[in-house]
Amino acid sequence: MSELIEVRTVLTQAETIYHEFGPVAGKPLIRGAVAAVLKNPYAGRYEPNILPMMEELNAVGLEMAHRLVAAMGVQADDIEGYGKGAIVGAAGELEHGALWHVPGGYAMRELLGWKGDRDSYKQGQGGGQKGLEAGRALSIVPSTKKVGAPGTKLDVPLTHVTASYVRGHFDAIEVYVPGAPAADEVVFILAMSTGARIHERVGGLKPEQISKFDGLR
Amino acid sequence: MKAKIRKLVVVVDETRIEMNKEVKPATRRAVAMAVIENPFAGKYVESLEELSDIGEELGGLLGDKCVQALGIQPGQAESYGKGAIVGEAGELEHAAAILHPKLGKPLRKAVEKGAALVPSAKKMGSLGSAIDVPLGHKDAAFVRSHFDAIEARVSDAPRANEIVVAVAVTDSGRPLPRVGGLQTSEIKGEDGLR
Repeated sequence: MSELIEVRTVLTQAETIYHEFGPVAGKPLIRGAVAAVLKNPYAGRYEPNILPMMEELNAVGLEMAHRLVAAMGVQADDIEGYGKGAIVGAAGELEHGALWHVPGGYAMRELLGWKGDRDSYKQGQGGGQKGLEAGRALSIVPSTKKVGAPGTKLDVPLTHVTASYVRGHFDAIEVYVPGAPAADEVVFILAMSTGARIHERVGGLKPEQISKFDGLR
Repeated sequence: MKAKIRKLVVVVDETRIEMNKEVKPATRRAVAMAVIENPFAGKYVESLEELSDIGEELGGLLGDKCVQALGIQPGQAESYGKGAIVGEAGELEHAAAILHPKLGKPLRKAVEKGAALVPSAKKMGSLGSAIDVPLGHKDAAFVRSHFDAIEARVSDAPRANEIVVAVAVTDSGRPLPRVGGLQTSEIKGEDGLR
C-alpha cells in the first residue's frame, strides 16, 4: 500500500478442462486468471503524468503472478500461455488501463524465467535481445483493456510464452470481478494457461518447432 | 462463397473527448462482424479445413468493410485485431480454424502491409455475447500507444449453430496516449515487433 497503490480485492480463478465434446485429453488443460481491484488515484480528472503509478505497479504484478501460479496448482515451469488486461471504472480513462503494459508483462516474464534486459523492456523494446540465453517468456504478452461498470467481463487473450505464432496456444479467457470496478477503481488482470487448446488441430507452428527465439517463432 | 452469412454488422467508434479533453484528431476504431452458419455444429469433426477457407473469405471481406467504414485508404489503417464467438453447438477449436490458418493474409491485403501478428480472442457464447477484440499496431507489435481492444457484439447471435466472426481496424491509437514505450515515429516495420 502507498499513496498510489491501494488494493481492495484480489480474485483468482482456475479451470481444468478435460474435453470439449471431443476425445478426452491425456493431460487436462488448466487456465487461470488473477484480478486485483485497485483504487484509481487519477479518477475524476485529467492527470497528464500517470507514470509514477506504473512504476509502483511492478510489485503488485509480481505478487499477482505468484498468486496465480499457486491458484492453478502448478509450477512456473508448467505455464505455457499468458495474457493480461485491465478494466477501468467509469470515472477513469482508458489510458489508465495502459499503465498495466509494463508491470503486468514484466511480472509474468520474470516469474517464468525470462532473463532479458529490464530497461529496454520499459522502453517498449521487449527484451532487446534474442536467443536461448534470454530464457523462456520471450513473447509479447497479448492484452485487452476497456472502461466498464462493476461486473464487466473482459476477454483476456492468451498466446504461447516463448513464440507468439504457436497456433495451438492462441486462446482467451473471460474474467470479471463481481462488484468491481467501482467508478474510481481499476481491475488489473493476469491470465495463464498450461498448454494448447484442448482439441487443438488447426496446424501451424508447434512448440517443439520454436527455433528463432525472437519472441515470434 | 463457402461462408453462409446470415448478417453483417459494422460499427465505427469515434472518440472526440476523453476525460473532458478534446481528442484531436478523433480516434476511430471499426469492427466488422459476420454471423455465419457453423458447418460442424453438433458433431466432432477432425478436419476443420472448411472453416479455414471460410476464414480466408472473411478476412478480406471484413477487413474491406472496416476500411470502407472508416473512409480511409488501406495504407492509413494503423492497428488491427480479430475474434470469434462460437455458438453452443460448436467447439472453441472452430474459432481457431477460422481465425488462424488463413484469415490474416487477405486482411493484411485489405490494410496494406501488416508485418505484425494480428492479435486475437475467441470464446464460446450465446445471443448477444460480447467479445473483446484485442488491437495492436499492424506493423510493429510493440507500439505501446496502439495496444487496445474493442467490444464486438451482435444482439441476436450466435445461435447454437452459428459463429460470430469479427475483424477490427483503426486509423489511430488510444485517445491521449501517455505511457511511453515505442512510438509510431520509431517504427522500422521489418520484424513485426519494432
